[in-house]
This record gives sequence, structure tokens and C-alpha cells, in this order.
Amino acid sequence: MKNKSAPEFSDKSQAYFYIHAQALFSSLGRLVSKPISSLMTILAIATAITLAASFYLFVTNMQQVVGGLESTNQISLYLRDDVTPQEGRKLADDIQKTHDIEKIAFISKEQAMDEFKVYSGFGSALNTLDSNPLPMVVQVLPKGSLDNLRGVEDLMMKLAKYPQVEALKMDMEWVNRLHAIVQVVHRGVFILAVLLAAVILFITGNTIRLELQHRSDEVHVSKLVGATNAFIQRPFLYTGFWLGFIAALFAWIFTVILVVILQEPIGSLSTLYGTTFEISYLSFKDTFKMLGISSLLCIIAAWSVLGYQLSQIKPK
Amino acid sequence: MLKFDHVTKRYPDAGDALKDVSFQIEQGEIAFLTGHSGAGKSTLLKLIAVMELCSYGHIELDGQNLSQIRAKHIPLIRRNLGLIFQDNKLLNDRTVFDNVALPLVVSGYSFSEIARRVRAVLDKVGLSGREKIFPLALSGGEQQRVGIARAFVNKPKLILADEPTGNLDPELSAEIMNVFEQFQQVGVSVIIATHNAALVSKMGHRVLTLDHGHLIAS
Repeated sequence: MKNKSAPEFSDKSQAYFYIHAQALFSSLGRLVSKPISSLMTILAIATAITLAASFYLFVTNMQQVVGGLESTNQISLYLRDDVTPQEGRKLADDIQKTHDIEKIAFISKEQAMDEFKVYSGFGSALNTLDSNPLPMVVQVLPKGSLDNLRGVEDLMMKLAKYPQVEALKMDMEWVNRLHAIVQVVHRGVFILAVLLAAVILFITGNTIRLELQHRSDEVHVSKLVGATNAFIQRPFLYTGFWLGFIAALFAWIFTVILVVILQEPIGSLSTLYGTTFEISYLSFKDTFKMLGISSLLCIIAAWSVLGYQLSQIKPK
Repeated sequence: MLKFDHVTKRYPDAGDALKDVSFQIEQGEIAFLTGHSGAGKSTLLKLIAVMELCSYGHIELDGQNLSQIRAKHIPLIRRNLGLIFQDNKLLNDRTVFDNVALPLVVSGYSFSEIARRVRAVLDKVGLSGREKIFPLALSGGEQQRVGIARAFVNKPKLILADEPTGNLDPELSAEIMNVFEQFQQVGVSVIIATHNAALVSKMGHRVLTLDHGHLIAS
């Protein structure tokens, strides 16, 4: 059907922006006009996001700790007694040149003795010994030992074949376990994140459904005066956006509070282990991601509920 | 401009609401639609507004076949119709201005155009200067006129009115009819479903009478 008085194109695009701006701010206005119920929904979503964000922080911080532990995963090569210090140093150079390793260090008998004196507590008692019984050691730090256990094992096999090496040692068992734990935590956090996303979808979907019922008069009348479904669902989609966005802002605040509360006890714990460990906060990029994902999830929830509900509504 | 051609509407559990109805309405014509309760008046109006689809026959509105309309084209059909209800169906949380502006907002008009048209139509129904008031603060007759303004603001070719004077006294009813005759003069067709026999005979327009789904007089 032709409409003699159809709006002009420039009018239309102007009206299009106007309609979007209007939907954006009217949906925010509606949330503000019912502060208690809006806040309850937002806090429910924010709690789910906070949980997800703190698990994420837990994993990032754990990776940082484990990363620090990597430096203790070194392989110690104990050299035979008949090897001279020159040959020992040459061996260290050879190993560095032929294998892909992070770091290598040669420790002479004298250095070993000095260290032993300091750390063993025997001190000057050791001076009474006629000869130095400690072997020369080459310490090898493999690359990415936690990510590539097979590679580390291969490297150990190769190093064991050097004739100068009498014995070599690395606590693989311990590394293996740590590696397994990191894997479990990773997987667990992923599953939790999926569940929490589902929680956000359900909360938002239900809120939008109730809002739609609450405003059914408006929906009916709009349909009767020729509104398309796209027009009707637009303000509800913006409501979804606001719920997600504001909830993510709350979640950010909650996460910061959480880290601040944990900072001190974790600080003293790490002092007991002789290290200094700072918890890392959500980075700028992570915060941005959190806002985006949360908003998007809520828009998706609103959209899927609206698609179904609007097709069910027939004007009376 | 509107043509019913052997139209039957059958509801699965309630039988035939309309049986083999044929008639035609010309541009700029006013027609009353009368009949007892349940005669099929509402069904007939619903078929024109595409709130229902007919079971058999053809309905043609301004050259469009409504019996084979696709869902996505329904909003466009409704933008060229003006609907008036007995209970007004005004949105009580919006001002008179926003209520009347709704059909224009929905069709994507610019704000300045909306403001201009809404003021003009409010002036026509005698409500100028009251655009910032909420519907519940108005009398029944004034509310009905807001409903009429909303139906006319989009300059439709056909206005459907379901018992527009149902709750109004004779004087107000005559006023409302006067407004419809003004629309007629600018070429708008109007179909008015009503029980009010006195009003129908006084106005002297064409009368379509339904009886148990049959059109017995046109």
C-alpha cells in the first residue's frame, strides 16, 4: 500500500537516530524509576559476574605463582670426579649451544663448598676436611618446563648421555602434580564461567519477560498502530544492555574490594614462604572485556526472550 | 477502497462468526455497522485490521489482498488504518501528546514533523493546549477524542471505530460524529460499529447490518 505522506529519507535517518537515543535513555529511565527491583536484578547479575571475575583472577594469579616456581625446576648435572673445571665449563657451553634451554650455570667445587658452608650451618667445621668432597655441578633450566613436560624428559635423557655426567636430578613427580593441578583448575574455572553465564542469561531473560508482561498494553497498542516487532523490542534490548553494563560496573567494584580484603593475608602468607607476592587486579583490558561480555550476554538473553514472546502476542 | 468478497471467518471451536459476507466501501464513505451482540461486528473489524485472517473469500483494502498478507507486511497495512476503540486503549503513563504521536513515532517520522502533526490533529478534535496532560485527568469524552486524534494523525485512508460513542451521552456522541464527518470531507472512509440505533438513524449514512454472521442489509 502506498503512503502519500511517507517520511523523507533524511527525515528517516534523523528519526532513526532519534528512536535509538530515545530507546537507550527511556530504558535507563525505566530502570531508575523502579530502583529496588532494578537493583535486585543488577546485584544478582553482578554477583554472578563477580564470581566469574574472581575465579579468573585466581587463575591469573596462580599462573603467576606457578610461573615463579618454574625457576626451581632446574636439572642438576653432577659431574664425575675426574673431570677438570675447564672441561666442566666447556660442557656447560656445549649444552647451551646444542640444546634449547632457558638458563645454564656452572658451579665449581669451590663455589659449591662456599654455598654449602653458608646454607648447611656447619661453617668452619668444614675447614677441617682434607679435600673437597663436593662434585662440580651444571645447573640447567629448561624452557617452559611446566607446559612441556615431555620436552623436559627428552632433555634429561640427552643430558644423561654426556660421559662427564655422573648423575642428574630433577623432581619430576612434583612438577607433574603441579602441572595436573593447574590443568584441573583451568578446566574447572572454564566450566564455572559457563554456568555463571547461564545464570546471567536466565536472570536477564526472566526480568525482560516480566517487563514485557508489565508493559503488554503498550505492546498491544504499538502493534495496532503499525509498529514492527523490531520497533517494539528495541527498548527492551536496551534494557538488557543496561542491566549487563551496570551489573559489570558493580562487579568491578566488588572484585576490587575482594582483592583488597585478600591482599594482606596473602602478603603475610608469601612472606612466610620467603617470597613477595602481589595479587594482580583486573587489568584495563580485562575490565573492558568484562563490561562487553556482560552487556552482550544480557542483550542476547533479552533478544531470545523477545523473539519468542512477541510472536506469541496478538493484539486484541 | 475496501472490498469483501464472499468472506467467511470460522473459529475452530466457535463455528462461523461471519458467513459469506460481501460488500464494498468507497473512498470518503461513512458506513455504520450494526447488529446484535455476537453478530460478527468485531470479527469484521478484526479482519480489516489483520488481527485475524479470513477462512474463505477475499478481502481487498486499497488494492492489497488481505487474505494472503505476509506477517512482515501487517505493520505497513495498519499504518494506513486508524483504529478507535470503545475503551480508547490510551496509555495512561504517557501524555496526550505521546499517545497521539505513537503512530508517527512507529512509522519513523522526525520529531519536528511529529510535533507539527500532533498539534494540528489535537486542534481538529478540540484538545489544543492539552498535550501535556495525562489521559486519566481528562473526561470520558476528551479521552475518546484523544483516541480519535491518534487514529487520524497518520492520515489514514480508512478509520475503523468500534463503539466509539458507547460510554458517551447523546450530546458528546453527536460531537464525535461531527468529527468523523470532518474526516469524511477530506476523503477518509469511516466504518463505525455501534449499537446506538438512534444515532444511526439520525445521521442518515449507509448501514451494514449483521445477523448471526450474515450481512442482511447494506
